[in-house]
Amino acid sequence: MNLVLFAATVAVLVIMALALVRAFVGPGVYDRILAVNMFGTKTVLFIALYGFLTDRPEFLDIALVYTLINFIGVIAVLNFVKDTIEKDQPTAEPSTEEEL
Amino acid sequence: MLYLVFLTFGLATFWLLMSGFWDNPLLLSFGVISVLLCLFFAWKIEKKYPFHKAISLLPGLPLFWMWLFKEVVVANIDVLKRIWLPEEFPLSPTIRTLPMSQKTRLGKTTYANAITLTPGTISMDVKGNEVTVYGLLKESVDDLEKGEMDKRVSKLEKRIL
Amino acid sequence: MEILINFISAILLVLGVFLGISGAIGLFRFPDFYTRMHAAGVTDTLCTACIIGGLVLQAGFTLITVKLIFILLFTWYSSPAAGHALIKAAHKTGLRPLLRKDSEQEEKSS
Repeated sequence: MNLVLFAATVAVLVIMALALVRAFVGPGVYDRILAVNMFGTKTVLFIALYGFLTDRPEFLDIALVYTLINFIGVIAVLNFVKDTIEKDQPTAEPSTEEEL
Repeated sequence: MLYLVFLTFGLATFWLLMSGFWDNPLLLSFGVISVLLCLFFAWKIEKKYPFHKAISLLPGLPLFWMWLFKEVVVANIDVLKRIWLPEEFPLSPTIRTLPMSQKTRLGKTTYANAITLTPGTISMDVKGNEVTVYGLLKESVDDLEKGEMDKRVSKLEKRIL
Repeated sequence: MEILINFISAILLVLGVFLGISGAIGLFRFPDFYTRMHAAGVTDTLCTACIIGGLVLQAGFTLITVKLIFILLFTWYSSPAAGHALIKAAHKTGLRPLLRKDSEQEEKSS
């Protein structure tokens, strides 16, 4: 069982790494915020899994707080960004008018 | 007033469940202080919120949640297909404004949240009685337009009217 | 019984991890910001539910289970709100979504 937990923990770490890559690459502010938001939710899962892996369920309290802080943080950053970006300023991929 | 009573009860239960210390007087007094602080803030923010009416929503929630969970699973499979087999299942992003039949603030919020929770559809804007939906697939927006979810949320909302 | 519960828990964990990795792959495969939001939505909802469900099965009936369920509840309540705020901000500041051709009209008229 510990093996599965360990594998899951490592896999969640990989997902977090992928989200971070998107946060660094991401063309535009909103892609980055999206990636950081996903990174945060995966961090919660990682903390919970790590707590089970090392038999220290107290970690769950941290995970619980992290869920809320992640949400508030995203909203706060978004509020800041929304005020900063001018409407006509190109935010991300500027010419995406083509059809899919 | 009833609002504050229910809120006190809920906050105290939440504190006891989270802390797990039931018999340490010092910690319990800290708990009482934090509950009072939260009550003060809640009272400042929402003086007229019909919380006791929202309580009567609770019995209807489990059924709605089960249905919503089923919807989420189905929608997840839809999006998974688009991720792994992009050639066979192409994307068809759509923006459409749909009417919604809820009347209260709580009902509208529940509906918009339910739309966003199912992957494949995100509520973009809520204005009056209309919600603008951005869907990854045309079919999922069509499904939403048929109004199954709208009906269920309205049925849930009838409990608080 | 013990083995069965462990088995189901392992399956749920693996399923959750698979969903998470699919979401991360989708984050790279999808063409623009608005479609990527849906990929992130996959990981936020069912992936969290599966992993937390797997952990709940291992914890049994304790306060730990209550905490895990609260984590799931908070995630399921806060992630739609964050997603809605994100997409609304992006739309309001003029980030154009990729759309099917015949739906351009709908967008303009709304």
